[in-house]
Amino acid sequence: MDALLLQILNGLDKGSAYALIALGLTLIFGTLGVVNFAHGALFMIGAFCAVTLQRILNLSFETIDETQKDFLGNPLKVKTPYVESWFGPDLGSSIIDWSVPLAILFAIPVMLFVGYAMERGLIKHFYKRPHADQILVTFGLAIVLQEVVKYFFGANPIQTPEPDMLRGSVDLGVAVGFQANAIIYPIWRLVYFFFSVAIIGGIFSFLQFTTFGMVVRAGMADRETVGLLGINIDRRFTIMFGVAASVAGLAGVMYGPLNPPNYHMGMDFLVLSFVVVVVGGMGSLPGAVLAGFLLGILESFASTTWATTTIPGINQIIIYLVAIIILLTRPRGLMGRKGVMED
Amino acid sequence: MGILEVKNVNKNFGGLKALSEVNLSVRENTVHAIIGPNGAGKSTLLNCLVGKLIPDTGSVMFDGQSVLGRSPYEINQMGISRVFQTPEIFGDLTVMENMLIPIFARRDGAFRMHAFESVANEREIIEQAEHVLEDMNMADKRGMHAASMSRGDKRRLEIGMCLSQEPRLLLLDEPTAGMARADTNNTIDLLKQIKQDRDITIAIIEHDMHVVFSLADRITVLAQGTPLVEDDPQNIKGNPKVREAYLGESA
Amino acid sequence: MLGLDKKDATLLIVVAVLTLCAPFILNPFPTDSAMAQFNAGYPDLMQRFIIFGIFAIGYNILFGLTGYLSFGHAAFLGVGSYSAVWIFKLFSYNVLPAIGLSVVVAAIFSLFIGFVSLRRSGIYFSILTLAFAQMSFALAYSVLSNPKFNLTNGETGLQVYADDPQWFHRDSLPDLPHLFGLSMRSTYTLDVGAWSFDFNAGYYLCAVIMMVVFYLAIRIFRSPFGMMLRAVKSNQQRMNYTGLNTRPYTLAAFVISGMYAGLAGGLMAAMDPLAGAERMQWTASGEVVLMTILGGTGTLIGPILGAGFIKYFENIFSKINDTVLHEWFALLPDGIEDFMVFIVHPFIGKGWHLTLGLLFMLVVIFLPGGLVEGGQRLSRLLKRRGTKAKPEDSEHRPEEKPHVAE
Repeated sequence: MDALLLQILNGLDKGSAYALIALGLTLIFGTLGVVNFAHGALFMIGAFCAVTLQRILNLSFETIDETQKDFLGNPLKVKTPYVESWFGPDLGSSIIDWSVPLAILFAIPVMLFVGYAMERGLIKHFYKRPHADQILVTFGLAIVLQEVVKYFFGANPIQTPEPDMLRGSVDLGVAVGFQANAIIYPIWRLVYFFFSVAIIGGIFSFLQFTTFGMVVRAGMADRETVGLLGINIDRRFTIMFGVAASVAGLAGVMYGPLNPPNYHMGMDFLVLSFVVVVVGGMGSLPGAVLAGFLLGILESFASTTWATTTIPGINQIIIYLVAIIILLTRPRGLMGRKGVMED
Repeated sequence: MGILEVKNVNKNFGGLKALSEVNLSVRENTVHAIIGPNGAGKSTLLNCLVGKLIPDTGSVMFDGQSVLGRSPYEINQMGISRVFQTPEIFGDLTVMENMLIPIFARRDGAFRMHAFESVANEREIIEQAEHVLEDMNMADKRGMHAASMSRGDKRRLEIGMCLSQEPRLLLLDEPTAGMARADTNNTIDLLKQIKQDRDITIAIIEHDMHVVFSLADRITVLAQGTPLVEDDPQNIKGNPKVREAYLGESA
Repeated sequence: MLGLDKKDATLLIVVAVLTLCAPFILNPFPTDSAMAQFNAGYPDLMQRFIIFGIFAIGYNILFGLTGYLSFGHAAFLGVGSYSAVWIFKLFSYNVLPAIGLSVVVAAIFSLFIGFVSLRRSGIYFSILTLAFAQMSFALAYSVLSNPKFNLTNGETGLQVYADDPQWFHRDSLPDLPHLFGLSMRSTYTLDVGAWSFDFNAGYYLCAVIMMVVFYLAIRIFRSPFGMMLRAVKSNQQRMNYTGLNTRPYTLAAFVISGMYAGLAGGLMAAMDPLAGAERMQWTASGEVVLMTILGGTGTLIGPILGAGFIKYFENIFSKINDTVLHEWFALLPDGIEDFMVFIVHPFIGKGWHLTLGLLFMLVVIFLPGGLVEGGQRLSRLLKRRGTKAKPEDSEHRPEEKPHVAE
């Protein structure tokens, strides 16, 4: 029982990331009718927003400290981050320590801008072109974005640690009545899970309770009709693209501490997220979220020692296997609507 | 006994009754028109005949064989060809190629892996295609990109493609929808010519009464998913029930 | 000739002549000159031109004719390579059985994947093939490489070891892939003055095979079957209502293109007896898509052009470094020279992928018909210039559809 729960919990962090990316993909697909292969790159850019902020905060100046000597007896050069000199050493160092959560504030405008630029500059011209062209051009864009990041940040993963306070693990098992040490769970994974739930909740209530969201939902159902009502649907869709880009970006920002960001993390997640979207049902937001978590948890179960010794490497193919089976038995996915992306 | 027998067909979409207890009998070598106001179920009925939809209950027999549960291509191979409301042609191909494909389909069946023969060597099929093109007055357009033609020409081509298969039953779905008067008259003339020249049964769904009364030998009026009446054209004109349900509405 | 009309026969002959003379054509610069870096006439690169050409020709039969965008064809290439290396390991280094088996295995594999993927069309199909390709990659990279059952040798890649059985191997035969004793690596170098030309056995084997499969591709394009495939791309609804079952047609096209990919993979292993999982990654599938589109989707010659173009520039771009750039821009004033080097730097050397990505976008946006369309536009432009004086305006005549092979 506790082992079962542990595996479910272990699946939550990847599941959250899948769900967030898949949610963005679905929003874009549902509203703009565009298949965005560059969505994984947005996730990656988000993660590198955190890297960038961390670097900015660590910008330092050198002073020569006469009181300290190095082993040759020369005065020691000391690096002091500007932040520490401005806010004092205590506040300054904790600002640096909290760079990942702070990067959320930094990433939102960046991602909105990136999303806006992408939609207005490129995607807009592909609404009326075949899906194959959309796939191809965004595939090219994904390569470009990832190579640009590689050019500036190098090919190696970069550590973006979580704040000191949120490091380590908690014993969740005790809280629900299991023995001590039965379920030890890293704090940041919990943070990531709740963060994703908050974002998902935010998006859903935004779509559910605002007029803007209502129009977008109507547009997802029938674009032409809404266009006929004289509502400027295009502008709203541009904003939606920005929102979807931000969701992917934020998912990336917070994912850094779980797995150090590298330039190809976007592609790795993209393929799986597409599978998630298809399993959830093309165009269905709840489907995307549900499938994201389900597949994340499934992957976690397939990663147990028992599973990997029975069928070596099962953890790497389980998602694809499930996706293929689901697509063949339920072509519309778990919660897909009729008429979306059908011939 | 007609060539096409529809018996007690029902079709629901969710709670909506699209067709209820539809009976229809199309006699061989006649033009049978199916008319009715919008939402009467004409298109649903047509889709049930060609395998796009499967009725909930009832039977559809073509030439003594059931068509239910067969896919569109199998039903076509049985001898039913369909002309769509907006012309469905192979836009990326030339007019000649458009005409060749149905003839190949008739000769070779639903699939044949003739990967190393050359189209250019299929003299017989090319001759047949040229013949149909001449019948359609389109011989001069044979090298044209089909998508670049006018709507009237596309319609003509589509009818030609269906005829080249020498179907036993030709289904026409509002063949003159969205056409100018002159084009409509041309299409009527073309269909009259076809009726005269060939042993063919035609079932036509139409809105335009001018078209219906110029062509039809027999008319079925559908209203709210049920056939109201089936009769000869002259009787339909005077039928008060029809006037009320259909003609009255459009007048 | 060979059942082709005059135009196609000319195309085939031109391609044949170009491939056979490639060692000359691709080495136009003297060996010691500064321009020698633009030479492409060495065996390894020429083999790659041909092998990827075959891969793209096959891919074009699926994507170009039916419009089904597969993101999984690299898997068939990889499967072909693995099969060929297994033949080397178990039986002998003779390339013929190895290539034969790689085609057969790829056919079986693509029949299975195609059967499943083709139940859906459009974007679902693309994602299904993508999922299959990633799954095959994972299978090759880790699942099928464990002590109990090692089919792929994982990260290291499958290769021939000294203790492999090689039942039919004789000491008199070369210890490398060979064709009845003729080693694929054997190269005759012809020195003419300052020039030097390499004639490599492996290259000519690939070239002959490519001409055969190119000929077959032309036949497919001109056959009723090829016409049906184009009809699938154009209007599936009309296909169905014309009594044609689209699925066997698309499946046949899928399997044929899978066999071409397997052949390319087998040849790759025959040139260099090694098979690694990275060949199967979806980015590798993306590359063949790019070759096809860049050359000209649905045209006969396009995929070969695209493959050659990409492999040539990949090679050149990877070789250029800052020193070379400084030489190029040496004539410019110093400041501008540095600036130019700074601008160009991200796109060269390891930045080739960036260039590739940009190229991908530019082609899809501005030149969906690829190089072939570019060439046509250019020649039309030139022709119009030339005929401007004539009174008759060609645009008022009904538009004739361009022949597929142009």
